[in-house]
Amino acid sequence: MNIHEYQAKALFEKYGVPVPKGAPAKTPEDFITALAQLPDGPTMVKSQIHAGGRGKGTFTNGFKGGVKFCKTKHEAREFAEKMLGNTLVTLQTGPAGRKVQTVYFTVASEIKKEYYLAILLDRTTSRPVIVASTEGGVEIEKVAHDTPEKIHKVFVDPAVGLADFQVRELIFKLGFTGAEAKNAGKLIRNLYQCYWETDAAMVEVNPLITTPAGEVLALDAKVSFDDNALFRHPEIVSLRDLNEEDPKEIEASKHALNYIALDGNIACLVNGAGLAMSTMDIIKHFGGTPANFLDVGGGASREQVVAAFKIILGDANVKGILVNIFGGIMDCNVIAQGIVDAVKEVGLKLPLVVRLEGNNVIAGKDTLANSGLKLVSGDSMADAAQKIVKLVAA
Amino acid sequence: MSILVSPDTKILIQGITGEFGARHTKLSLDYGTKVVAGVTPGKGGQFFEHGSHKVPIFNSVSDAARATGATVSAIFVPPPFAADAILECVDADLNLAVAITEGIPIRDMVRVKRAMTGRQTRLVGPNCPGIVTPGKGPQSSGGCRIGIAPGYIHKSGHVGVVSRSGTLTYEAVYQLTVKNIGQTTCVGIGGDPVNGTSHLDVIKMFNDDPETHGIIMIGEIGGNAEVEAARWVKANCKKPVAGFIAGATAPVGRRMGHAGAIVGGTEDTAAAKIAVFKECGIEVAVTPSDMADALLRAAKARSVTLS
Repeated sequence: MNIHEYQAKALFEKYGVPVPKGAPAKTPEDFITALAQLPDGPTMVKSQIHAGGRGKGTFTNGFKGGVKFCKTKHEAREFAEKMLGNTLVTLQTGPAGRKVQTVYFTVASEIKKEYYLAILLDRTTSRPVIVASTEGGVEIEKVAHDTPEKIHKVFVDPAVGLADFQVRELIFKLGFTGAEAKNAGKLIRNLYQCYWETDAAMVEVNPLITTPAGEVLALDAKVSFDDNALFRHPEIVSLRDLNEEDPKEIEASKHALNYIALDGNIACLVNGAGLAMSTMDIIKHFGGTPANFLDVGGGASREQVVAAFKIILGDANVKGILVNIFGGIMDCNVIAQGIVDAVKEVGLKLPLVVRLEGNNVIAGKDTLANSGLKLVSGDSMADAAQKIVKLVAA
Repeated sequence: MSILVSPDTKILIQGITGEFGARHTKLSLDYGTKVVAGVTPGKGGQFFEHGSHKVPIFNSVSDAARATGATVSAIFVPPPFAADAILECVDADLNLAVAITEGIPIRDMVRVKRAMTGRQTRLVGPNCPGIVTPGKGPQSSGGCRIGIAPGYIHKSGHVGVVSRSGTLTYEAVYQLTVKNIGQTTCVGIGGDPVNGTSHLDVIKMFNDDPETHGIIMIGEIGGNAEVEAARWVKANCKKPVAGFIAGATAPVGRRMGHAGAIVGGTEDTAAAKIAVFKECGIEVAVTPSDMADALLRAAKARSVTLS
């Protein structure tokens, strides 16, 4: 689960990670009260959407920049009016963009130097890793590629936690001295505590900055959480912003379906994540384009299949459907009946290819064949994929 | 021979009285697997009954292991309690814990994995379909089925299968079985980013197992476990290996069902992993329908008989 920058910074403050003073606003009326909390002088206005690349983004109303430096609070209010309620398109949002529902005003900090700091899971060692660099404010992937020696990593032993010597080593490698070193050390320790205690998947500060006054501040904040751990963090669940999620994906999650919208025209309904991914792949392999990832789980109950069909059909781009079920334990005949009922209930008009395999598959195929529905049966994944690609192209 | 478990392995089930655990315990008993104990704290002294089977239930893993000689546990415990269930197996010095549970917090698994360092217990999973060593009976019965895989699609034989995905494993196994090619052991290592046993661990075991003549390795986007395994195969493995990677069409940065199936950079895409497979002499299945055929091609190229 992702949260907005303003929410992440509130979390940081709770853990003693210093951030520039700021205030969010969700309505134009809020602008005045939010800005009143900040001192006069240079102010930043930041569009709050989950996608990155905001600064270089463009609004569909023509306004350029989702993050703006403003000389005065008055100017900040003017810019905020152009952002709030409008759609911001960035490299990460796709052409549809995201509607800005919150703007965040912050003090425009004076920057002495920019750094990069992140904490995430290192999958190779199965340990948390702190990644830091003296090259902040730019894409870290580029730094890692061009100048890997400028990336410093600290692996944390989960049995003992982050050790003081590790923090010292890191801040010296980053070149901090004096008061800055002390402040940076404290920030890193507190950020690690924030990462660990909240079950974060990743915390990223880019840039982390020093100011001429010797402060060390998180100028930006990106935090995501481990979905598996949300059950023990109701305070974090309350930060979820459904506006940032695809309505079809929200609906799917209500039925324990795992759905991700894609931009193709062949919808798929599959049991199991690996099989669902490879069903998308095989559609592409035979020249089609998948409209979604959809894992109905191991069971594929009638109710789930009905809900899945409704979600799939909510996508206007869909021109055909491929159902691929490997009924290992589940009776294929039960699944077949579920598909027949679902197709009748939603009144499906689009081409449908069904590939069933596994337990009691002959009875399942008979049920499909005798249903009176215009569906096509596929013998293997390859056969089924070729058939639906051909039907959609016709 | 087989790896990890044989038809004689005695197993216990943690969470035997839960709906999910009970259902699959019955299927394992029907398959002929030696399920000798169940563990449900507070229900010690009761029995899990199924047909002629009467499996004793214990309050703890150590009690169950001591009383029955079980050396392997299948864990069907709900996510908030699953990490603790694994640690209990470690404390009881079991040989193997197979965690079926999906949805265990990553932080819990990070701590568990650290706690297992230097201990006797191996972990397979979590978020996995389990392990099947097929038996010699009808529809491979008489084998050892730990977890949730359909036992009947297997056939005893000489191919090892290792995979991060459940249904994709069944797909591969089924393709082999209908071609009359049997399996030594099929291992689902799970779809989570932190797991106990890697592709490489399993491939080393298959390489050392004289009964295993060929290997299918099924992977997906995210992480570098398949790449690590492929490089080892190139340097050390004398057996034919076929590979498949799911997720070529997955968008960057989205989790595709499995917690670990997410493209984070340029190294962990399907295309990057497939390129490494090819470079390492692994025969790549061009589609998921091609997995068994890919292994046949690899075997033919090395003049190895699979059946």
